Amino acid sequence: MEAWFALLVSIFFTVAVYLLLSKSIIRVLLGVAILGNAVNLLIFTGGRLTRGVPPVIPGHQDALTGPAANALPQALILTAIVISFSFFAFLLVLAWRAYEELQTDNTDEMRVAEPKDEPAPPLGY
Amino acid sequence: MAASTSSPADLSAALVLEPVASADWLVILPVAWCLAIGALLVMLRRKIDWHPYIAVLGLTGLVIIDVLLLRHVLASGPVTMVMGRWLPPFGIAFTVDLTGALFALTASVVALAGGVYSLSDINDSGRRYGFYPFLMLLMAGVSGAFLTGDIFNLYVWFEVLLISSFGLIVLGSEREQIDGAVKYGFLNLVATTLFLITTGYLYASFGTLNMADIARKAEGLGGTAPLMTLTALFVLAFGMKAAAFPVNFWLPASYHTPRVVVSALFAGLLTKVGIYALIRVTVMLLPVQREELSFLIALAGALTMLVGAFGALAQSDFRRMLGYLVVSGIGSILAGVAVGGPGGIGGAIFYALHSMLVMTALYFASGVAAKLGGSFSLSSLAGLYRRHAGFAALTLMLAFAVSGLPPFSGFWPKVMLVKAALDIGAWWLAAALLLTGFLTTIVTGRFFLLAYWRDATAGDGATASATISPAALLPLTVLVFLVLAIGLYPESLLATIQSAAAGLSEPSAYLNSVFPGGAP
Repeated sequence: MEAWFALLVSIFFTVAVYLLLSKSIIRVLLGVAILGNAVNLLIFTGGRLTRGVPPVIPGHQDALTGPAANALPQALILTAIVISFSFFAFLLVLAWRAYEELQTDNTDEMRVAEPKDEPAPPLGY
Repeated sequence: MAASTSSPADLSAALVLEPVASADWLVILPVAWCLAIGALLVMLRRKIDWHPYIAVLGLTGLVIIDVLLLRHVLASGPVTMVMGRWLPPFGIAFTVDLTGALFALTASVVALAGGVYSLSDINDSGRRYGFYPFLMLLMAGVSGAFLTGDIFNLYVWFEVLLISSFGLIVLGSEREQIDGAVKYGFLNLVATTLFLITTGYLYASFGTLNMADIARKAEGLGGTAPLMTLTALFVLAFGMKAAAFPVNFWLPASYHTPRVVVSALFAGLLTKVGIYALIRVTVMLLPVQREELSFLIALAGALTMLVGAFGALAQSDFRRMLGYLVVSGIGSILAGVAVGGPGGIGGAIFYALHSMLVMTALYFASGVAAKLGGSFSLSSLAGLYRRHAGFAALTLMLAFAVSGLPPFSGFWPKVMLVKAALDIGAWWLAAALLLTGFLTTIVTGRFFLLAYWRDATAGDGATASATISPAALLPLTVLVFLVLAIGLYPESLLATIQSAAAGLSEPSAYLNSVFPGGAP
């Protein structure tokens, strides 16, 4: 099962990197979203996939009996999901504002901060 | 397994049972303090007139807390506090050693200087945008990153400071800022995601995220886990955060766009958090792998230095030039990480602390120069020396410091790094360090001649009577004083840094602090 998950994660990463390399901001944004999910799946797989019960100790016992699911990766993923979702929301708004202000969503044409036809630095005085 | 009786379970093996010593609360206090003040400022969002005073008081408190923390660590070695009383590696640990305490203290000094400078730089609209809450939350993230003892926590603190920095970099929403923020935002998010990917692999290999636990297990896992892959990914992720050579292009594209005080804080704090994480992970957790990757790191460091210096030489804008100087400083630190040993690691830490103070002060100087001269462009800035000789002297001292000339703070770390590089026979690395110092001297000399020495052309500002507000001059003067003091009396700081570096390469005290009872 881990092998299948590894394959799935690799497909996610491929798609994400492909999208991240494009010039259009919206495609980059989709790449970011897919990248976040790829990482979540990776952490999940890294915590070993077991078909176990939730790690809850019955009331009359001191320790777990039998195999139990690893709860830590799920806690980590929960944190990562919350963070990556908020970042995605911020970047989406930022991309929208950039499109409004700069009239383009092509990163090659976003040259306001680094203008192309800048005068050369003065050579002397 | 027989069901036990209803007697309570014996928790002494899993929980800290004695209460935390009151001095140990200092470990968590910098983060909690910043979060509390930040939350208070958010609650008072309608009273924006109070914001600057609360924030400056809060940052003063942070400096005091960090001084006390450093004293505590100096007196009793690394200190650990675990959350929720669960013993590590299950409980999340905040562990402070000398390196973390030194970085946290310098960061708080820089932030306080930024808080005071902001009185002259952030207007009402900036306050309404939430500059001060963002500043406090940024400091919560930065302090958390320096003080935590858990890799996943480090990731979370990175995100805390990243989202605050997003808020700060778009402050004002001018076209230029939005352009810069797009590049800054996307590339930094990719870098932190790369860090998270590596954390996932780390967890898969070690089954733990506690730094001390990882440092202990790394030797035993050497042959079976893909530790080289992990280390290379960490170097890439933190290198991107710190703007090291192949992945540095987001920094000069964005650092000159926000408000001056925001650029100053970014230059002082953010890249150094990446460097700190790099030092922590490669030197303390995976030292064997750092050794094997050292040539690659050294090459990246040398190229970063030279790219930064040549880039700075080609700029005609004061602030964009400074952006390249930040990059060039990161290269020197990477060279120290690559060389290793007490000289290399100590030199890297020293250089990072020096760079935090100097780069922040230089950005402050750029803001003052722009106020006096009306522009950031070297083509139109002129005659500043005539108008304000004292300010020109302060800038000249910073220029010497960033070039690594004595008697300023840049000199000693540079000496340490060059000597360490020569000691292991990496003459080319030492040559790159010296060449970078030489190029930086040309860069700063050129801009000082053009912007300060050159006579103002007739008409523009020869009669201008712009004055520097004390809120801008005070933090600049204090930082320059610190830079000069470190340059003139480096002994005690040097000794502290040497023992910090020794604590990183030989982390037995750190491990003892996290696992006081020995191996669990």
